[in-house]
Amino acid sequence: MKVLVTVKRVIDYNVKVRVKSDNSDVDLANVKMAINPFCEIAVEEAVRLKEAGVASEIVVVSLGPKAAQEQLRTALALGADRAIMVETDEALESLTVAKLLAKVVEEEQPELIIMGKQAIDSDNNQTGQMLAALTGLPQATFASELKLEGGKALVTREVDGGLQTLSLNLPAIVTTDLRLNEPRYASLPNIMKAKRKPLDTKTPADLGVEVKAHTQLLKVEPPAERQAGIKVDSVEQLVDKLKNEAKVI
Amino acid sequence: MSILVIAEHDNSALKPVTLTTVAAASQIGGDISVLVAGSGCAAVAEQAAKIAGVGKVLLADDAAYEHQLAENVSRLVVSVAAGYGHILAPATTTGKNLLPRVAALLDVNQLSEVIAVVSPDTFKRPIYAGNAIATVQSEDAVKVMTVRGTAFDAVAAEGGNAAIETIGERCDAGLSRFVSEELAKSDRPELTAARVVVSGGRGMGSGDNFALLEKLADKLGAAVGASRAAVDAGFVPNDMQVGQTGKMVAPELYIAVGISGAIQHLAGMKDSKVIVAINKDEEAPIFQVADYGLVADLFEVLPELEQKL
Repeated sequence: MKVLVTVKRVIDYNVKVRVKSDNSDVDLANVKMAINPFCEIAVEEAVRLKEAGVASEIVVVSLGPKAAQEQLRTALALGADRAIMVETDEALESLTVAKLLAKVVEEEQPELIIMGKQAIDSDNNQTGQMLAALTGLPQATFASELKLEGGKALVTREVDGGLQTLSLNLPAIVTTDLRLNEPRYASLPNIMKAKRKPLDTKTPADLGVEVKAHTQLLKVEPPAERQAGIKVDSVEQLVDKLKNEAKVI
Repeated sequence: MSILVIAEHDNSALKPVTLTTVAAASQIGGDISVLVAGSGCAAVAEQAAKIAGVGKVLLADDAAYEHQLAENVSRLVVSVAAGYGHILAPATTTGKNLLPRVAALLDVNQLSEVIAVVSPDTFKRPIYAGNAIATVQSEDAVKVMTVRGTAFDAVAAEGGNAAIETIGERCDAGLSRFVSEELAKSDRPELTAARVVVSGGRGMGSGDNFALLEKLADKLGAAVGASRAAVDAGFVPNDMQVGQTGKMVAPELYIAVGISGAIQHLAGMKDSKVIVAINKDEEAPIFQVADYGLVADLFEVLPELEQKL
């Protein structure tokens, strides 16, 4: 089966972001960028399906600035077969991303689409669900286990009270949670090989999708700072502070 | 302007997070309707009708909605959406699973994890794991959003007297099927609603040592949480995880034990009123957000703390 995987270029998760002094946005100039961690898990899951003989081809797609090609090359080095880059310098909202991806899905006709559950920059957790709506496909979000059997996807999801297992008709959309797998590192020979794997570039116009903003970003502020706390020397002092100063117990 | 709030429930009882979502709706202002979709959930609709400020309850009782499958419930929501200017759901796994599907079917964008209502079309929401707060204005005709429960004070569960309207429409997409579920058993308060939360991290060393935290939690009437490190190490199940990728909590008292305080953990608990950190590494980042820090071995401190409370 053909598997489509999406990857997003985001700020590296270890970087502490800073808000620009004019409060227009966060400052991403000269900041280390990487594949969104949940997308990495999506790539890994697809590669494991290929290694298990279930997937025959892995197509990886990214949307955004030209620089996102780096993340596609990383995905190719991890085991994806070919890449599609939908290039635009405009800021893309989840709905637009979903519309662009819906066109890619229409062209590629994958039987399984694996995406991260959320990107760690916008923290939206929307695109997979929106793509499922636009393509009319079933969805399993927050997956911690994925099995393909009898023409169905059997997916265990992480829900608030514990775990839930669903059976989806294929084609289907699965979004990954952290515990689905542990992504591998790309080896140097694979990084070299990835440079020769095919990477197609398209624009939103090629796909016939208009990039439209539904939401205006008015302001970005740092969160309220917490007052500096104190260190106590003993359990006794701690209990006293909690009882008499903070009055929380 | 009318607002539709999607109730969170387990077919027998309304979840408290519905009350905080109604609170956000009342800040927006307008007639509030609550949609209860489920199977054998008439009792939930009765509870929803009593919520202060709710004008109408829509009850869709059908086997197709029993497990809140997004494919079915999204169609139901779209079928009743006409006339509503806002559609709100709690930012729980159920709400997050459902609402973007609704938004896309309505061809509108969605706002996730709203923490403040500035005006009926302008809202605040955290981005970058809570390291920045964005103020966003929606230009869509229908504002679809999930609401972070810990950011709003719950409205009263009693006092309302809404009419219950039954929706006969059955939306079964036939694309997905519920197979099974495995819910974690706990007698303690629910993590996201608890007044006190005691959390353990990698420093706990093993799952067995969480018994120390449980004893402390029982004394305080607290819920027990964990860091991602503790979950990944297999000490505790993942539904106990507090953080960007787990649950968001904002209790009155949060006690972090053996937790270093990585960005992704802080994202889930830094809005707690009082934070206590117990860690033997005095350089641990958790001390930068803790109101009271105790640099000590947790295995010595926990039994002593439990005794002195």
